Amino acid sequence: MSLLELDSVSVFYGQTQALHEVSLTVEPGEIVCLLGGNASGKSTTMKTILGLITPRTGEVRLAGERVTRLAPAGRIRLGLASVPEARRVFPEMSVEDNLLTGAFTRRKGVRAELASVYDTFPRLAERRRQHAGTLSGGEQQMLALGRALMSSPSLICMDEPTMGLAPIYVDRVLDLIADLNRERGLAVLMVEQNAELALSIAHRGYVLNTGHIALSGQADALLDTPAIRTAYLGA
Amino acid sequence: MTVLEVQGLRRSFAGLRAVDGVSFGIDQGEVVSVIGPNGSGKTTALNLVSGVLRPDEGRVLFQGRDVTGLRPERLAEAGLSRTFQNGRVFGNLSVAENVLIGLTPTLRAARPLARWRDIPVLRWLSLLAETAVALVDPPSVRRELAEREAEVESQLDRFGDRLRPRAEAAAHTLSYANRRRTEIARALASGPALLVLDEPTAGMNPVETAEVLEQLLALKAAGQTILLVEHKIDLVMRLSDRVLVLDAGTVIASGPPDEVRNDPRVIEAYLGKRRPAVRP
Amino acid sequence: MLDTALAGLVNGSSYALLALGLSLIFGVANVINFAHASVFAVGAMSGWWFSVDLGWPLWTVLLGVMAVTGLLGLVINLVAVTPLAKAPPIAALLSTFAVSVVVDNGAQLVFGPETRRFPALLATDNLGLGGLRFGTLDVTILAVAIGLMLVLGWFLRATRYGRAIRAVAQDRDAAAQMGIPLARVQNLAFVVASVLGGVAGVLGGMYLNNISPTVGSTVGMSAFAAATLGGLGSLPGAVAGGLLLGVVEAFGVSWWGGNARTLITFAVLLLVLWVRPSGLFGKRSPLAAEPMTGTFFGAARTVRLRPWQVAVAAVAAYVVPAVALDDYTVQIGVQVVVYAILALSLTLVSGQAGQISLGQAAPLAIGAYTSALLTTGTGLDFWLSLPISGLVAAVLSVALVSPSWRLRGHYVSIATLATGLLVAAAAVNFDWLTNGPSGVSAIPPPTLFGAPVSAPLAVYFLDLTILLVVLLLVVRLRRSTLGRIWSAIREDEVAARSSGIAAAEYKSLAFGIGGFVAGIGGALFAQQYGYIDPSVFGISVSLLALTIVVLGGLNSPLGAVVGAIVLVGLPEALRMLEETRMLTYGLLLLAVVLFRPQGLMGKVAR
Repeated sequence: MSLLELDSVSVFYGQTQALHEVSLTVEPGEIVCLLGGNASGKSTTMKTILGLITPRTGEVRLAGERVTRLAPAGRIRLGLASVPEARRVFPEMSVEDNLLTGAFTRRKGVRAELASVYDTFPRLAERRRQHAGTLSGGEQQMLALGRALMSSPSLICMDEPTMGLAPIYVDRVLDLIADLNRERGLAVLMVEQNAELALSIAHRGYVLNTGHIALSGQADALLDTPAIRTAYLGA
Repeated sequence: MTVLEVQGLRRSFAGLRAVDGVSFGIDQGEVVSVIGPNGSGKTTALNLVSGVLRPDEGRVLFQGRDVTGLRPERLAEAGLSRTFQNGRVFGNLSVAENVLIGLTPTLRAARPLARWRDIPVLRWLSLLAETAVALVDPPSVRRELAEREAEVESQLDRFGDRLRPRAEAAAHTLSYANRRRTEIARALASGPALLVLDEPTAGMNPVETAEVLEQLLALKAAGQTILLVEHKIDLVMRLSDRVLVLDAGTVIASGPPDEVRNDPRVIEAYLGKRRPAVRP
Repeated sequence: MLDTALAGLVNGSSYALLALGLSLIFGVANVINFAHASVFAVGAMSGWWFSVDLGWPLWTVLLGVMAVTGLLGLVINLVAVTPLAKAPPIAALLSTFAVSVVVDNGAQLVFGPETRRFPALLATDNLGLGGLRFGTLDVTILAVAIGLMLVLGWFLRATRYGRAIRAVAQDRDAAAQMGIPLARVQNLAFVVASVLGGVAGVLGGMYLNNISPTVGSTVGMSAFAAATLGGLGSLPGAVAGGLLLGVVEAFGVSWWGGNARTLITFAVLLLVLWVRPSGLFGKRSPLAAEPMTGTFFGAARTVRLRPWQVAVAAVAAYVVPAVALDDYTVQIGVQVVVYAILALSLTLVSGQAGQISLGQAAPLAIGAYTSALLTTGTGLDFWLSLPISGLVAAVLSVALVSPSWRLRGHYVSIATLATGLLVAAAAVNFDWLTNGPSGVSAIPPPTLFGAPVSAPLAVYFLDLTILLVVLLLVVRLRRSTLGRIWSAIREDEVAARSSGIAAAEYKSLAFGIGGFVAGIGGALFAQQYGYIDPSVFGISVSLLALTIVVLGGLNSPLGAVVGAIVLVGLPEALRMLEETRMLTYGLLLLAVVLFRPQGLMGKVAR
């Protein structure tokens, strides 16, 4: 059974169709990346998965359950978590409050999870009382990741996790994602502009183009596809 | 002749350096494109150049004049026209009226004493004169309006039969692509010395994009100086004399399209550096 | 000195509690909740009822009031804010404004309009400390206020839903992605804010000694000034702003007398908006683009009459009253005409240029006072005083409002609101000029060819002629280049500026012309009644003007006239709604905003 399944999902903004019968799956323990240029429908796909947009047709399934019309909170309880685009930490809340906000949907085991996140990110433990807005970009990305982990998810959706990060952090964040995947068996669906980087840690990938899935396959195969190159340097 | 000269522009938002020391120049008749990954500071740079944002540091010279921190309306009057990333049109005005608004800096009879606009208190003479002219509607104003309306038609003609049949339709009823066209027509109407386009083909399909490319090529052939921010690399390569690549707020490469396209730093910024796979 | 400061702190603590609620709601819902002032009034009134009629002790009174106002806050959110979440900001601004009118006047129906003594539940002068005299009451008020602030602080910091409220205020989208239910959090914020507001009502009532259903509007406006002073959205700012304003007011009152209170409040508010709009503690820049009206008109197009229809209507407007109506009805016609002129000034400012004014009573008052003072004091001829009234009103409205042009959205409306209230307060306080609260009387009627224009029909003809001139003026301006420029500013100020339009200058011009028209209306108003005083130009007049244009169609000159007939003419003519008139206006405004934002004279073009 797939962890996440999109079954020919079509999304409209008013009259404009943003997604055309998009189908994709994420299996347990997999890193899948969603590639595509600007306005290709990546963000819309993410929002649909998170429950911020309801598709006009098609179905979304999480862990086998139909969640097409379920609110985000319900999906989070089914094991979904999100690292939003540009991190979006709550700038005027402390690091710890940011993490606790990530556990909004659960009532039990919050403290244990907090300890485990601090274990994974000792840097955050050092700064637990500091306002999130005062952290560096890389630290904020860790915080956003830690916040997502607070709901003990089985699948994390990440929207451009390396965007706007200093180069040293780009590597560190990608390593972190790979580690989490390896050590906890966490599945990851990530949107990336940075195709080669993303494919270097992903198992599989999909390429979106103007709301259609244009290409999909194993990461190695995609890496060697000339289409990937043209998708970025001349679509 | 240099139309635009940008020197050491810097701007931060909440401690994050969006534009961090950008310098470049544009010569008369040149098409210069700015490319770069999302969040690299392209749009901020454009907003700094067009007066929508004030720079923290650096200077902007337009046609030899220091225009740093000048308000956007003054820049527009001086001949710098721009479009916006998501297409900003006046929804409840007709297409023709939208373009007519673009001609505002060229109005003389309808905006008497415009020279006095920069003088405090005295600017009211100009505003009141404008009100009086609006109420009386003298022949000179009507003649001017007729002339400008003719110009609007020729601007609309630029887009073939895309806008002409919809000239009287309210802009909010237009398709996305037609809104973008209306916006470009509005920006071009006053005959600007520099046209600044922020992703003019965003959200357009390949056919529409090709059409916009043809129109921009025609503009270029007519000698229009253009500063372009665009994601569609094909269009950038076909159109530009020079390409500027931004990454994390700084210029990492600049030069003719072919050179830039094969610059390893550019490939890295866009595709990312290929790293050993860490997949399990 | 010290006792003045203490009195200021005690009074300021009510402001602080109210301001906390305003800032909390602004943070979570991005709405300036004008109905929050009414929550204070309902708190005070229900507190009075619990303690006097039911004889409850103080602590049960407080609990009862918390329950009542908490529920009221929930209703306000569900009725006036949540349904308009996707509409432009002006919609929620108007709807909460409407709710405040409904609640204030509803409370007046329930409790009666009279001012009543709030029982002295506690001693006021039984304690002393080093020469400073105070009472258990002062101590209790401060203790309850500070206690509640601490509880709120704990709730926001240490509880799951408290953190959720802060998260939503800082980043709605990210909060939604954490599974935080936005609707429920917003409900909660309104309930919490209104519970605080209700307690503030009881404390304020005990402090003020007497209360009336309209007590909320004055205290509410002070709280509003306090929240802006501290920085809208900042909770520490709300507390600091409230206490500071309380102390400043206390000293002002002790130096200049009780009437100075409102003058100080609104002068402070306006100064903050001019000098430091983000307030003492505000970090969020209020300068971001935020079109207020935008697509509020949506696909609305104005209904246009053909020339012959206009001609027939104009002729009928002259002939029918002359042949078929009695003096009483004609007098109503005069009122309709004056309000239509006032409404037309708003059609220019709010409909054409898109700047929502909540204080159009200001130029009306300035025009009325100018004309009244000139014709009574200097014996100047009415016809000369008429353009002077318009001019003075125009210059003063521009001078008061234009410093806020670098602000956008909500803040411009706040500035107009403050301007309206400041002008009314100035009329009360500047006795040497305006004769203070007692007003100006024996204003002579205008003369035409040596004969006084005083018979109802003559006054009607005069005013109607001026209305038609103004109507023509407005219609011509709308169709001119200037009108197109204003439309562009209304639709998208950033794009307009990038097309070479100096938006600030044209907005000033719109306020100037609007002020001129309203000033003329004011002069007619003064001559028609022969007597004016500051209470005539309260916030209800600004509200009525706005309701008229919103009902008629914000962007329709004809709508302004139709709206004036419906809202001013019909109730008078039918001699109905004497007591429930304001309530009806409020309900009508709410209904129009919710169900027909394009107004009666706008039609939907698809």
